[in-house]
Amino acid sequence: MDDQTNDQTALKITPLHALHLELGAKMVPFAGYDMPVQYPLGVMKEHLHTRAAAGLFDVSHMGQVIVKAKSGSYADAALALEKLVPVDILSLKEGRQRYGFFTDDNGCILDDLMITNRGDHLLVVVNAACKDQDLAHMKANLEGCDVTLLEDRALIALQGPRAEAVLAELWAGVSAMKFMDVREVPLHDVDCIVSRSGYSGEDGFEISVPQAHAVAVAKALLEHPDCQAIGLGARDSLRLEAGLCLYGNDIDTTTSPIEASLEWAIQKARKTGGDREGGFPGATRILGELSNGTTRRRVGLKPEGKAPVRSHAKLYADAQGVTEIGEVTSGTFGPTVEGPVAMGYLPVAQATPGTQVFAEVRGKYLPMTVAALPFITPTYKR
Amino acid sequence: MLKFTAEHEWLKLEGDVATVGITTHAAEQLGDLVFVELPEVGAELTKDGNAATVESVKAASDVYAPLDGEVTEVNQAIVDDPSLVNSDPEGAAWFFKLKLKNVSDADGLMDEAAYKDMIA
Repeated sequence: MDDQTNDQTALKITPLHALHLELGAKMVPFAGYDMPVQYPLGVMKEHLHTRAAAGLFDVSHMGQVIVKAKSGSYADAALALEKLVPVDILSLKEGRQRYGFFTDDNGCILDDLMITNRGDHLLVVVNAACKDQDLAHMKANLEGCDVTLLEDRALIALQGPRAEAVLAELWAGVSAMKFMDVREVPLHDVDCIVSRSGYSGEDGFEISVPQAHAVAVAKALLEHPDCQAIGLGARDSLRLEAGLCLYGNDIDTTTSPIEASLEWAIQKARKTGGDREGGFPGATRILGELSNGTTRRRVGLKPEGKAPVRSHAKLYADAQGVTEIGEVTSGTFGPTVEGPVAMGYLPVAQATPGTQVFAEVRGKYLPMTVAALPFITPTYKR
Repeated sequence: MLKFTAEHEWLKLEGDVATVGITTHAAEQLGDLVFVELPEVGAELTKDGNAATVESVKAASDVYAPLDGEVTEVNQAIVDDPSLVNSDPEGAAWFFKLKLKNVSDADGLMDEAAYKDMIA
């Protein structure tokens, strides 16, 4: 996801827009779409409900893109996409999903995305705010491939410890899926693409639904007493507690994947000495940083007091604000943590958990402790 | 006497002291509050200057001084439990008491009917 745009004049809507209004959502402009920031339950209770039961999120603003080689071969599509992302896509098994990012020639991040092997093609899901740019990037650079934005599908995220039970009402086979599995299944007599993944730190699913059936599927899920519609407000606090990056805040074209502590997403095959070493934009820098480290790293930050420390707050080594050492990139109040939580960038020397730093907030220097991410214990079903 | 500002604050005037809080409408707009920072007792506030900060999960918002004056008392209860501002904004969740520099300045503020018209 990206910083919100505030152009109210040309806001797009998702297939679930009328349902949001019916449910009493407070709507805000986000990445060019009129989106629900919260429902009458409110951000705090929506967040806690998702961690305790199940939350349904409209993420239809995100881009669902098919990448298919003209040859019809999965390997050809995978190898083409590998030229843009430092991820092992070739060995991704059919029906499996992987996290990745488009890199630029400076070794920084153009966008982050989810990549699925769908047998004879790839399904990639990209951020709403980067959708047009990503599409153009893929069309220009994926040789021998057709790149198609699926404009007729909604995307519904169902997250939380009761997500499996809620989805099981529509499809009993759900319990056989593991984290990052992707299946094509009929829900409500409609062919949907279900992945067991999400952006909350909880077990859960993302369900791609033909838009004509999106409201029916969403309503069927919401009929379950454990399932509640959740807005973008809680989506942000959930992902931050889970230590997940928000594109445009925590990662962007000024951060490399290694600075962003995302090296876990780069598999062996793409690293130095691997079968398909490098071969993606910025490989020299990224592989160099994998070997030699970086000067700064993305870390978790726990404010010691009660005040949330928001994005762009400057970080200092001292309580007087003399030596500036970094910046907060995301910060909010974590309802599950019951206190403020944040992420930001710090020099490697100050990036060890337990290190105390100071954030400038309204002219004061508030102590924060570098913390291991995530702030909560994820419940992914591996 | 109860007065209101365009910045969604209420003032309960007793002599030259105004008890100040935020309106029910403002509390609803802000959503669940998680943090409140109040001025120091003794602070001299200037009309429209920052007086307090409230934060929801989503964002921080400033609470402005409705009039010139000196803070004589603050409500620690809302610092300890910010959700009180959502549950009882025009009662127990007052923010601070302000000894007004000029009591007559309050004449320029809205009465309840005018405020209700404004938010309608």
